[in-house]
Amino acid sequence: MTNPILENVEFDDDGFMIDPNAWTAEIGEAIAAREELPLTDRHWVVINFARQEFDANDEAPTLRRITKTTDVDTKELYKLFPGGPAKKAAMVAGLGKPTGCI
Amino acid sequence: MKTFLILGGGTGGTMVANKMSHHLDPAEWKIIVVDENENHYYQPGFLFIPFGIYSPADVVKPKRDFYPQNVEFVLSKIEMIEPDQNRVKLEKGKRTITYDTLVIATGSRIAPGETPGLLDNGWHKNVFDFYTIEGATALSRFLKFWKGGRLVLNVAEMPIKCPVAPLEFLFLADWFFHERGIRDDVEIIFATPLPGAFTKPRASSILGDMLEGKNIKIEADFNIMEVDHTQKAIRSYDEREIPFDLLVSIPTNMGSEVIERSGMGDELSFVPTDKHTLRSKKWENVWVIGDAGNTPTSKAGSVAHFMLDVIVENILRQMEGLEPLAKFDGHANCFIESGFDKGILIDFNYDVEPLPGKYPLPGFGPFSLLKESAANHWGKMTFRWVYWNMLLKGEEMPFESQMSMAGKWK
Repeated sequence: MTNPILENVEFDDDGFMIDPNAWTAEIGEAIAAREELPLTDRHWVVINFARQEFDANDEAPTLRRITKTTDVDTKELYKLFPGGPAKKAAMVAGLGKPTGCI
Repeated sequence: MKTFLILGGGTGGTMVANKMSHHLDPAEWKIIVVDENENHYYQPGFLFIPFGIYSPADVVKPKRDFYPQNVEFVLSKIEMIEPDQNRVKLEKGKRTITYDTLVIATGSRIAPGETPGLLDNGWHKNVFDFYTIEGATALSRFLKFWKGGRLVLNVAEMPIKCPVAPLEFLFLADWFFHERGIRDDVEIIFATPLPGAFTKPRASSILGDMLEGKNIKIEADFNIMEVDHTQKAIRSYDEREIPFDLLVSIPTNMGSEVIERSGMGDELSFVPTDKHTLRSKKWENVWVIGDAGNTPTSKAGSVAHFMLDVIVENILRQMEGLEPLAKFDGHANCFIESGFDKGILIDFNYDVEPLPGKYPLPGFGPFSLLKESAANHWGKMTFRWVYWNMLLKGEEMPFESQMSMAGKWK
């Protein structure tokens, strides 16, 4: 049963939003619910930062940039987003799948 | 008299110096190269030192041998870059150089201090890097007498200089232990922060199969938190633990310290660079070549080579008051040593992942893409000569700067 908020949102095969600009906080909540990830204020520190970085630089921040710039450290990031914070945070923030470096 | 200043006299800096010396009128321009190290290392050769294939002497030559005569070489530490004032302060003689055009070629370096415990007691005893001459040499001494056990190769964090080098190390280690007759006594584990063997899907699956075929286990999505020397284990942030007898680490790679001191870098001290024009995102007369910048491509010498024509053309355009036009496409190609006198070649750019095919001549080769062959191995071994004698001088090479789809199969 798809959440109605997500019905008109386009995703790629891995569950990442195709158009990051279509993202809203409600969509973020709905993606998190789909991933069975209840969001706390600490999650939002990361998500808001990721959005802010995306608006400024057109790309998702690296984990290192998140931990250097916000008060969330790496250990906490892994607790907040189990199973890979880079991927999960980008997914909830409506950003594309991190390409990883080459 | 105008000044064309190059910081860093390694692969990128040397090529730029050679190329620009042909273009700039010596009556109008002075070219200066600054570097703190007298030695030029052929860094791809570091990989072979641990296995005794190369000795340290095989990979070093004096930097000065590779600059043209009309270039001034200054051997000094760089204290500070002040791009708002167009000047650079050197340690030696407290000299200040004011420049008209600046090229940053200060490269990248390993930063083992970024991982807690990595530099503790075992460093260069049973924990080694092979990205420095010291690490590679210490590891060769260790391997000479090692009787076997559990070898863990860990990549701390991406991006790293030459992303295929860890795979090559694994293939060569497998071969080395076979030759010594102790392969059955060595367990080889590859702990990587990537989801698989490599960054790009096609290559990752082919290389992943090769690792499996050689009985090398991949521990994927492994983000190292710490090295525990007393327990001889590495731990990840998601609380996985891998014990080791021998840890070979590719530590976090960062840009030069002077970039950080000068406030010019991102969180890894890489200079934010326009990925197509290769100009600094912030300063119009500052250009970045090779692994000093944050362009999302491999931090490898082949990439610096492919950047060369683009950066030179754009700098010359700027000198004529024109906007940069030439576009770098992220072209990289890498020989991957796969052991037993064979190798693989991959060729790719920002948009096209490594694909199978023939290179550089479509249909003919002599090199095979994304496939093991003896020719690829000989290509890699010959490359050292090509590097010293052709590449550094900025001479024409038999392949184009822009990647080509000819000869590749989708």
